[in-house]
Parts: sequence; structure tokens; C-alpha cells
Amino acid sequence: MILPAFFYLFAGVCVASAVMVISSRNPVHSVLFLILAFVNAAGLFILLGAEFLAMILIVVYVGAVAVLFLFVIMMLDVDFAELREGFLEYLPFGLVIAAIFLLELLLVVGGWTLNPTVTKSITAAIPGDVSNTEALGLVLYTKYIHYFQLAGMVLLVAMIGAIVLTLRHRVSVKRQDINVQNARTPEMAMSVRQVASGQGLQDADQAEWVK
Amino acid sequence: MADFFAMPLWTDFLWPLIVMVAQSLLLLVVLLIAIAYILLADRKIWAAVQIRRGPNVVGPWGLFQSFADLLKFVLKEPIIPSGANKGVFLLAPLVSCVLALAAWAVIPVNLNWVIADINVGILYIFAISSLSIYGIIMGGWASNSKYPFLAALRSAAQMVSYEVSIGFVIITVLLCAGSLNLSAIVEAQHTRGLASLIGLPWLTFLNWYWLPLLPMFVVFYVSALAETNRPPFDLVEAESELVAGFMVEYGSTPYLLFMLGEYVAITTMCAMGAILFMGGWLPPVDLPPFNWVPGVFWFSLKLFFMFFLFAMAKAIVPRYRYDQLMRLGWKVFLPLSLAMVVIVAGVLQFAGIAPN
Repeated sequence: MILPAFFYLFAGVCVASAVMVISSRNPVHSVLFLILAFVNAAGLFILLGAEFLAMILIVVYVGAVAVLFLFVIMMLDVDFAELREGFLEYLPFGLVIAAIFLLELLLVVGGWTLNPTVTKSITAAIPGDVSNTEALGLVLYTKYIHYFQLAGMVLLVAMIGAIVLTLRHRVSVKRQDINVQNARTPEMAMSVRQVASGQGLQDADQAEWVK
Repeated sequence: MADFFAMPLWTDFLWPLIVMVAQSLLLLVVLLIAIAYILLADRKIWAAVQIRRGPNVVGPWGLFQSFADLLKFVLKEPIIPSGANKGVFLLAPLVSCVLALAAWAVIPVNLNWVIADINVGILYIFAISSLSIYGIIMGGWASNSKYPFLAALRSAAQMVSYEVSIGFVIITVLLCAGSLNLSAIVEAQHTRGLASLIGLPWLTFLNWYWLPLLPMFVVFYVSALAETNRPPFDLVEAESELVAGFMVEYGSTPYLLFMLGEYVAITTMCAMGAILFMGGWLPPVDLPPFNWVPGVFWFSLKLFFMFFLFAMAKAIVPRYRYDQLMRLGWKVFLPLSLAMVVIVAGVLQFAGIAPN
């Protein structure tokens, strides 16, 4: 009795906040509703017994990705009234995509109700005696380790590519080198001079500290 | 009436619910009173380092100072700036306080003294602490003012950066303990480790991970300071350049909630340090009279020791500059902790001492 109640709570809030994401006027509110939808999806994962996925969803999507969304949207000064003028133009396109999604969902759920074993026959059996986290680890790091490594390489290449594209070495900028600073001694930084009265230092303009 | 107590609705649902609410209330009350005194201790330690007396007027030795502050904040008039986004403005302190308190649901203070003994306890705390950015960023944005906004962006960037190294530190501990459950991590420090290897299993404090993972303990300590915006990394507040950080526009109870959330988060980090590196509720020496003392005493002692380290850092270390903070996080801690994950995993695997 209690499990369906929680399911309807999480699913209901999830769907409602997903609607609010596209319908709220303020883009920051949209992102906050998106975060609420993520958290409720994590709650649904917990109900399914996938507690590791639920926590990773929160850490990765809510804790990192959505923060970046929020960063960008808060700092951009976008005129959203102007942006909304063309809102209805995209309605047919959106409806087509929605129809395709609905069709796919119907196919999946329909196939499932006609033959409940169909999803079980194409996936690896979940070992019953290990925890959720351990089962995921066995599949990812033992069974499909090479695919996992390949995916990691793809991500690494993408990361290096992004860095290469944005890295600029500007020569005119003074940079701080902490090792040089730490290696500085009083002898390197100052010199004690005897200054004759009324004459000053003749080589003052060549001194180290003037440069 | 007797029928009602035998019904599954009562035995399976209502009674466990009542027990859970009662446990949570007990934990929250004890925690909040403890935090009132941790806050006082923070100010007293700071004062002692500067050869001052600190708060000493309200109650004997100033013991009621925190409660007087609470009353002062609650009785003030809450002011909402007219340009503020009211809903988000009031939601932000609630988010930050409630999330900080929620982390305590999985923290074991003694053997089986935990409200929710879940399998992924450590991930839960990590997730909750990554969510606590939202309190700050929402507060800074909703104030509709430049200084809070800049401070919120800065602090969010800081927290995201240091979360990375905290994550890797947690992974090294998990590799040694072989579990994501916090109670299991503490138990793993009871039975296996250096003390068992040298044949003196009663010297449990050598079993704790602070010794074999000492570099990670240091990284954890510094990252925890940065993650909770404590000095020397309190760039969020930075009163010299950003007035007073993201909470400039806040006053009264909303401000109190922010402060409370901050101190609860600090206490959570101290509890994490005690559990991950100092054996949680385990006695330092597994011999009488030390193992007669209840575990909750040892846990509190370790938590307070961690907090003492936090307070001393506040008292004696000058504030970091922002670029130095980022350099420390990304160029020093990230490679160091990443290398330690590989080294720890390799040592555990090739020495054959990995937990199964």
C-alpha cells in the first residue's frame, strides 16, 4: 500500500515539475523545476531498488550539470518575451516528436504486457545475492570492461579537444609562479647600499626592483 | 481498539513511522543543542588564540550566548527586498538548512544507532552535500543585487571544485573498506588494518584509516574547509571585497537558517572525518576501561576533535586569494587524490589485502 503511494507522489511531482519547466516564465524557475524533476526521478529509482543509480543521478545531474545550467542562465541577459514570440512556430515540430515518443512507449509497454518475459530474455540475469552497487560494478568493470575503457577514451579525447580549442597562451599577461615566489630569498629581493649624502643612487634606474 | 493494533496498517506502517519520527526528533534536538555549543566553542577558541575572553556575558561563562543569539534573530523583523524574487528568496535558506540536516539521517553515532542504515550511505551524504550549493546560489540570485550574486557564483564554483577531490578521497576509503555503508566502513576499521598486521589487534587506533591514508586525511580536511566555506576559504563572506557575501540582503530568521545550515554542514563534515578516518564510535584502545565507555562518547569526542582543527584553522590561517584557492583545488589536490586512488587500489590488489 505504501509503495504505490510513494510511486504516485514521486511520479506526480516529477511530471508536474516537468510541465513547469517548459511553462514557467522565468528561466531560472525552469531550471529549479528541472532540478525538482531530477530529484523525483531519483526517488523513483530508489523505489525500483536502484539506490546507486539514484544517488549518482543526484551527484552528477543535480550537483554538477544543473549547477552549470543555472550558472549560464543566471548570467545571460536574455529577453525572454522576445524569445517566446516564436514559441508557437515550433509547435508542429514538437508535436511530431511527442507523437514518436508516445508510439515508442506504447510499443515498449505493449510488448511488455503481451509477453512479460521479453525484457528478461534480452538482459543479463541480475545476481540475487549481491547488492545493487556490486551488481553494477560486476557488469561494468568485469563483463564489459573493454567497452567501458573505450567509452572512457572517447570522453578523454573530447575533453582534450575542448581544452585545445579554448587554450590561449597570451604573452602580454603577467603570471604568478608560486614556485618562484616560494624560492625567493632576502638576498634575491633586496640589497643594502651606502648612499652618499645629497647624491642618491646613480644606478637607481637600473636596479632590479625598478623593472 | 485491540484489533487496530494488530492490523498490518499499524504494525507495518504507522508504528515504524512513529518510531522513525521519534528517533529523528531525538537526533535533531541533540544535534541542534550540540551545534549551539559548537558555535560557542568556535568563538571561544578563536578568542583564546587572540588572547581575548570571547562571549562571557550571557549565562555562566557565556554558556547561553547561542540561545540569546537565536532569540535575537527570531524576534527581528524579516525584510524582503522589493526587487527580490520572493519565493526563491525565502526558499533558499530553507533549502540550505533542511538539506544540511537531512545528511544526519544516515550518520551512525554508535553501533546500530542510526536512523537509516542504507547501503549507499556515503553516496547519500555526498549527494546531499553537492545539493547544498543550491541554497547559496538561489539566495544570491534571488536577492537581485550585484554583490550577493557575485559571491554566490564564486562560492558555487568553489564548492563544485572541492567536491571533486572529496569524491576521490571517499573512493580511497571505500577501496580500503569495501563497502558504501557507513556502519560497515567503521566496522572495517575495527577488525582489519595495521594493528592486526603487526599482531596487536587491541591497538585499534592504528587500524583506523588516518594512518595508512594520511595524505588523504589532510586532503579531506582542507577540502572540507573549502566545501563548507570555512576560513581560510571563506571567500563567500569576503567582507573586504563583497560586503558580506551571498547573504547581504538577508536578516532575521532567514539569515539564522543560513547560519544554522552552515554550522550543520560543518558538523556533518566533522562527523564524516570521524567516521572515514578515525573509526567512528570505536574506542582508541580495545581494552577495558576504554571499551566500557559507550561508543557515542568516542564518536562525539572525535567529532569535536575534528571541529577543534576547523576552529584552529579559522583562528590562525589568513584568507586565501581566489586564484590560489582554485589552483590548490585543481592543480594540487585533484592530481594528488587521483594518483592516490590508483596507488591505493594497486597496493590493495597486489598485496592481496583487498576486501572481498
